[in-house]
Amino acid sequence: MDYEVVIGLEVHAQMRTATKIFCSCSTSFGDEPNRNTCPVCTGQPGALPVLNRRVVEFAIRAGLATGCRINSGNVFARKNYFYPDLPKGYQISQYELPVCEHGHLDIDAGEGETRRVGITRIHMEEDAGKLVHPDDRSGVSYVDYNRACVPLLEIVSEPDMRSAAEAVAYLKALRDIVMYLGICDGNMEEGSFRCDANVSIRPRGQEAFGTRTELKNMNSFRNVQRAVEFEVERQIDVVESGGAVVQETRLWDVDKGITVTMRGKEEAHDYRYFPDPDLLPVVIDDAWIDAVRRSLPELPRARCGRFMATYGLAADAAGILTGSRALADYYEAAVERFSRPVPVANWMISELLRHLNDDNIGIEDCPVTPDGLGSLLKLVDDGTISGKIAKKIFAAMYRERRNDPGAMVEARGLRQLADGGELEGIVDTVLAEHPAEADSYRGGNRKVFGFLVGQVMRRTKGTANPGMANDILRARLEG
Amino acid sequence: MPEKFPADLTTLRRRLLTREVTSTMVTRALLERIAVLDERLGAYLLVDGEGALAGAAAADERLDAGTPAGPLDGIPLALKDILSTRGRRTTCGSRMLEHFVPAYDATVVERLHAAGAVVLGKLNMDEFAMGSSTENSAFKPTRNPWAPDRVPGGSSGGSAAAVAAGLCAAALGSDTGGSIRQPASFCGVVGMKPTYGRVSRYGLVAFASSLDQLGPVTRTVSDAALLLGVMAGHDPRDSTSVNTPVPDYVAALGLPLEGLAIGVPREYFIDGMEDDVRQAVQAAIDFCAGRGARVEEVSLPHTEYAVAAYYLIATAEASSNLARYDGVKYGLRESGGENLLDMYLDTRSQGFGPEVKRRIMLGTYALSAGYYDAYYRKAQQVRTLVSRDFARVFERVDLLMAPVTPTVAFRLGEKIDDPLQMYLNDILTIPVNLAGLPAISVPCGFSAAGLPVGLQIIGRPFAEETILAAARCYEEAHDWVERRPEL
Ligand SMILES: [Zn+2]
Repeated sequence: MDYEVVIGLEVHAQMRTATKIFCSCSTSFGDEPNRNTCPVCTGQPGALPVLNRRVVEFAIRAGLATGCRINSGNVFARKNYFYPDLPKGYQISQYELPVCEHGHLDIDAGEGETRRVGITRIHMEEDAGKLVHPDDRSGVSYVDYNRACVPLLEIVSEPDMRSAAEAVAYLKALRDIVMYLGICDGNMEEGSFRCDANVSIRPRGQEAFGTRTELKNMNSFRNVQRAVEFEVERQIDVVESGGAVVQETRLWDVDKGITVTMRGKEEAHDYRYFPDPDLLPVVIDDAWIDAVRRSLPELPRARCGRFMATYGLAADAAGILTGSRALADYYEAAVERFSRPVPVANWMISELLRHLNDDNIGIEDCPVTPDGLGSLLKLVDDGTISGKIAKKIFAAMYRERRNDPGAMVEARGLRQLADGGELEGIVDTVLAEHPAEADSYRGGNRKVFGFLVGQVMRRTKGTANPGMANDILRARLEG
Repeated sequence: MPEKFPADLTTLRRRLLTREVTSTMVTRALLERIAVLDERLGAYLLVDGEGALAGAAAADERLDAGTPAGPLDGIPLALKDILSTRGRRTTCGSRMLEHFVPAYDATVVERLHAAGAVVLGKLNMDEFAMGSSTENSAFKPTRNPWAPDRVPGGSSGGSAAAVAAGLCAAALGSDTGGSIRQPASFCGVVGMKPTYGRVSRYGLVAFASSLDQLGPVTRTVSDAALLLGVMAGHDPRDSTSVNTPVPDYVAALGLPLEGLAIGVPREYFIDGMEDDVRQAVQAAIDFCAGRGARVEEVSLPHTEYAVAAYYLIATAEASSNLARYDGVKYGLRESGGENLLDMYLDTRSQGFGPEVKRRIMLGTYALSAGYYDAYYRKAQQVRTLVSRDFARVFERVDLLMAPVTPTVAFRLGEKIDDPLQMYLNDILTIPVNLAGLPAISVPCGFSAAGLPVGLQIIGRPFAEETILAAARCYEEAHDWVERRPEL
């Protein structure tokens, strides 16, 4: 039988606010355990939460960027369950009245098609702490509350995705957006952008959804892809062999490449949500929404379209360069310096990104500035250096963290040699040193021409203008 | 008798300012009195003699220099043990927090310190403020200073008993469903529950967050006005605290009863109310009428549903508020078992007393999937109706006057095995908490057996001034305050 796959995703994005959602502790990552804590975020008796309004602003940003309706009346609710990483025995979240509802995100579904994925809701909540289990067989566990009370947005999609690839495309698009908006750093490995997937199958053509399982513990796009693919195959096997899919939560085991049961439906928590009496409802008026709307940056899909229209870039180049806000900003800054957009794009994609990828660093840490790159390309454009030399200079700029290519060209004596008389002299010297090859060429062996050009380049340390060198050499040999 | 009965807060303040007495003298005398009397009374859970004397010495230096820190400089107070005190044990009357020493001071504690107050110690209470007799304290019962076989009321029983017995100049209590007013009534002292949001809850260990409110327990109405003025005010650390200016409550005390409209809610004079209570309260209302107040009967028709709604809302919030006592971070940990679940079960089974467990179970049930709408949501709807009842009558009257409790103080052990009887004791105080209104209990006489009766005066939101002024008018013309229990 032919099955249709149905996937919905729940994403937790950690907000990049300076302080936590309900206290003024720092949200910084990687500090000494329990350094960033206070009576509020460790759930001391009598301590009370106070909302960081910046989190609401971030939530509005996310909602506007995904076409959501922003609810004016917002209520925080308590989600009650016991776990040692949860200091109060409940998580402050939102339940009946979330901040954003009824949005959507358009994703590429391949072959120029787009698919619209519905966004059910976005709500604000606090993160839990982290359990630390030392590897010493002591049986003792520790709790680090630095992460407790760090703000999260939970972004819940409709079950609108039909393949693992679409799920990944949605995740990538969503991650791009939250990073563009500057509300989340998108780091999946450190867990600041994490996702759970609800997966089910149904015979193609059937309206009703099949029984879904919830997948957890996937900390990369690749793991999401593999886990969903495995789970789909597993569910098909279950159904094909006459069984029924059981509603449950399953963990992705990355080493074994399988999903395993974590807890069944009957063990599901009753979270006993109720409005948190310690926090007043948050009223979001139109003025606030408008102010946030005005501050929204251009989003990836819009910017990609503009790069194609304004700069004449091909779709794939525009897509790569708008892959992150920082990269797109870099590109536009470089174009500002050197106003030929296509060569700038080519240079960034072929040279700059290759260097960054080799070193596994982001554009934010690139030692060559947009100004430096623009200046370098100007030197190529005005004939000061050849493209080949430019690559050498670029590598040196990158390595030495320098952004003065003009001075570097001069210091290295790499200015292009384009003086006809000087070049003729050099060609003559080369021919005099290699009479056999010259004769061979004249005898019909055209292949030796390249060797002779190479000798000219060697004598000029590569600075000879290649076109002129070729012309003079050919004239001498054939004249 | 180690020392004669101490002066009230207002008098003491004057004597301290004129240097008729020193804070050190007064504090030392109170500490001696506590040492002699409190073994029988059981009002204190912690006496901090050293800290109090250090505070008194510092206050005396300021007072000698003529630069008092604030309106309470040098005045020895005591705190219900539900207030977080940095470096001083805060037990909430529970085994769970028997050895718990907080890392921070509650906002009101900071305010008291800033005003120069000397803190004598922490006072007994029903465990986590759940109870009406202080018998639910995990450590000891507190006795009523007027009759040692009677309860002082609760949950702020230690606060009311300590003030009534002259073991502090004044005390702080908390009121969730009557926990200040009922013990004040039972012990013949003044107890005020301010408007919800008037006093910061930051550092008040939560029982039911939407109902809890701190307030003064004092000998006189003037004392309550003085103390409330220090406690009240907006606190950015409590989102539910209200940013409204704090009036000068002491200055407002001169306002006359004449011209005030006083409502007497028919539903508050219930069947089974003791005649002594009914008569004392009626006499107080008649007095006000005699002073030119316009008195009329009014109706609060949803009163009969208030107790049921309260025990759903308060227990629901409590079930969540008390989840943090899990043995992980502070307080009791019983971890003799095999795993995490054992630690939770053992810690919470052994750390909480029976009443607390009962309420956690009730509240958990009320919030459960499938029951939420029938219980919690319905209770919130009732709460709205109760609030509307008050709003409607306050369009016509300025104040409401009623009894605080249907009976005078009952005997120790009399109701402890009958939770429903115990809950019904709060039937006249609970609606005020549901509506978030301010109310006071002021002594208005004694029963034939010599037990105090309290008059409850309820006002509009943030009308503490009107309540205090009316209470003061009544108090001034009577000598109930002058009576002393024989200890
Ligand atoms: Zn904190």
